[in-house]
Amino acid sequence: MDLSFSPEELAFQQEVREWVGANLPVDISEKVLGGGKVTKSDLKRWHKILFEKGWVAPAWPEEYGGTGWSAVQKYIFAEELTRAGAPELLGFSLKMVGPVIFTYGSEEQKAQHLPGILNGDVWWCQGYSEPGSGSDLASLKTKAVSDGDDYIINGTKIWTTGAHEADWIFCLVRTDDSGKKQEGISFLLFPMDLPGIEVSPIITIGGEHSVNQVFFTDVRVPKANRIGEENMGWTYAKFLLVNERNGIAQVGGKKRQLSRIKNLAATSEMAGGLLAEAPSYRQKITDAEIALMALEYSELRFLSGQKLDHAPGTEANMMKVAATQLQQTLSELFIEVAGYYGMPYDGFQDLTGSNEPSVIPDGAQGAMADHLYGRAATIYGGSNEIQRDVMAKVLLSI
Amino acid sequence: MDLSFSEEQQLLRDSAERFVDQNCGTEYLRGLRDTEDGFSRDHWKTMAELGWLALPFAEDNGGLDGTPVDTLVLMEAFGRGLVVEPYLPTVILGGGVLQAAGSAAQIESMVEPIIEGNLLLAVGYAEPQARFDLFDVATTAAKDGDGYVLNGHKAVVIHGATADKIIISARTSGNRRDKDGISLFIVDSDASGLDKRPYPTVDGSRAAEIMLDNVKVGADALIGTEGQGLAPLEKAVDHAIAALCAEAVGAMKVLLDTTVEYTKTREQFGQPISRFQVLRHRMADMMMEYEQAKSMALVAALKVDSDDAEERRKAISGAKVQIGKSGKFVGQQAVQLHGGMGMTDELSVGHYFKRLTMIDVLFGNVDHHLKQFSAAA
Repeated sequence: MDLSFSPEELAFQQEVREWVGANLPVDISEKVLGGGKVTKSDLKRWHKILFEKGWVAPAWPEEYGGTGWSAVQKYIFAEELTRAGAPELLGFSLKMVGPVIFTYGSEEQKAQHLPGILNGDVWWCQGYSEPGSGSDLASLKTKAVSDGDDYIINGTKIWTTGAHEADWIFCLVRTDDSGKKQEGISFLLFPMDLPGIEVSPIITIGGEHSVNQVFFTDVRVPKANRIGEENMGWTYAKFLLVNERNGIAQVGGKKRQLSRIKNLAATSEMAGGLLAEAPSYRQKITDAEIALMALEYSELRFLSGQKLDHAPGTEANMMKVAATQLQQTLSELFIEVAGYYGMPYDGFQDLTGSNEPSVIPDGAQGAMADHLYGRAATIYGGSNEIQRDVMAKVLLSI
Repeated sequence: MDLSFSEEQQLLRDSAERFVDQNCGTEYLRGLRDTEDGFSRDHWKTMAELGWLALPFAEDNGGLDGTPVDTLVLMEAFGRGLVVEPYLPTVILGGGVLQAAGSAAQIESMVEPIIEGNLLLAVGYAEPQARFDLFDVATTAAKDGDGYVLNGHKAVVIHGATADKIIISARTSGNRRDKDGISLFIVDSDASGLDKRPYPTVDGSRAAEIMLDNVKVGADALIGTEGQGLAPLEKAVDHAIAALCAEAVGAMKVLLDTTVEYTKTREQFGQPISRFQVLRHRMADMMMEYEQAKSMALVAALKVDSDDAEERRKAISGAKVQIGKSGKFVGQQAVQLHGGMGMTDELSVGHYFKRLTMIDVLFGNVDHHLKQFSAAA
């Protein structure tokens, strides 16, 4: 066992660092490092740069466009990108629907969708939750009724992130309600510009528009757009959920957050000295830093194939809970350090179209917005209560 | 000992809750978003008519001689309805400074207009470098003939842009962090050299950065004794903290009630989610936090005028710590238990959560008041 990188791995790290330094657009990294808002067009630009280099999907098998890297190389790559201020690419495409398509899709579906996912031309969103089906996702009611070679879809999806910017949706629909709720679900792919689809924005507590409710009225989707077997969608959906949770530790992003907090504390006065030197602050930031170490090394253990001793298979559940709790701890600490300058609403310039610089000091930009939106982290992707249920069931063999 | 509310206080509670339930809440707050003032002048007029603006002022000054417990009753109702009218800056803080140190002439010229709803005040007590220390004052007031000339930057002045007059703490002598040498001045908001940069705050209220560039004021602008402004400012801020704690209690109650109601009607896995033990325990914890906050808000109101400095400090800072912790738990868990709905601008939950988040910051967060409490012992 050896924690240090081999000479080859160090060389790889250097190669990635140099390439990212030369190719990541500065305006994008400045936004990411400074707490600014990364837009779809920023993300697309970076996506295409990575695609052209062949580094857009390291997690995918080589035959579908992956890089063939070892787990350590993938880790180094992700670390270097985060360190440099690269934004996280669109998970719905690369982490979620892509793997479902290359694992369960037909050859036609692979040929149709994988190129657009890889080159970033096609933007995806996820149709899972419904107003009555959140934690109890399998109770979903959006109906797909067979009509010759097509399904006719009626119903609604909610919390659909980026539906207003998406070209395609992967969507869970009910094709049978006669048996167990998990057994009548199918997994469909369809474009968002079909007749009968309406996207209605949901404004979240930070004043942002990123999630939506999507309404389907007699939307006609060919059966050829179904992944795998009819009524087997729950299997594919669960496969995808595990992938969703795998990425959720976001150790790199947390390191970035930690260093932003430290930078702000190092320039904030308190009691005639610096906040960074105050014992109460130091205890909190140290606690967070140690929690982050534990998260990082747990992730590395799981990446290297180790399982939980007591509840094998629930590694992703554990990581989701630990990571989102830490994320919220960090964001609380951030607004605490920001003091009174956590109070101004920093979205107001978007609303008023004001050109004046924000009153919030640079180091505290976005802290409150992150804090507010970050409350969703313990809710989405399976609430932390549900994650604990899953772990407990395995732990207690019930 | 008697901790029951008087009949008058019950009546005040009833009338305040009726007003708030009929006129305030999330819809009202949303309606104020695109307005310039960020609050309702009609509400302000009604508050004047109901006598609320007169509540804490002495009878001799035309007020109702209300106690801090009367203020608590009113502020709890304000918390229940997310009231953003400038009651705290005008009546509690500004009025508090005037009552603590104002001259007879200042009181006579300003208290009546406040009570009638014709004069709005703001208090510039914070500065960008000062964090939560009221005595950390870099703004200067230099002698200029009979009067003074003010220079400096006052940060996050609540309702600073709509105030007719702004009370400014400025240094007339000493070093930036000396407790002596701070003086309070009342400055017209349209004074030459005073620049306001207004913005909304996260909770839907308003604040402004106030820049003072050679603002000239007369000798009659000085409130109290030159160089001795910290004590009256601290006194007014302590009253404001007590009031804010009561507001937080009102907000927490709404969150607890709403969450209990929601979990009884929201069904998942074929049953109301209130049947799940993990959520039941969470709500029992929310209730405990709420009740302890309520107890501490009462202590703050009962002891804010105590002559015993240690007793007053412990009551005020202790309450602010409890409110900060309870408000965080109740606010965050209310969002969590509402699931995605709790994250929306549409539901009230998020608005109360944001207000509680702001209340923790105002006048010093948990950390700050832990230190104040511990230093007082």
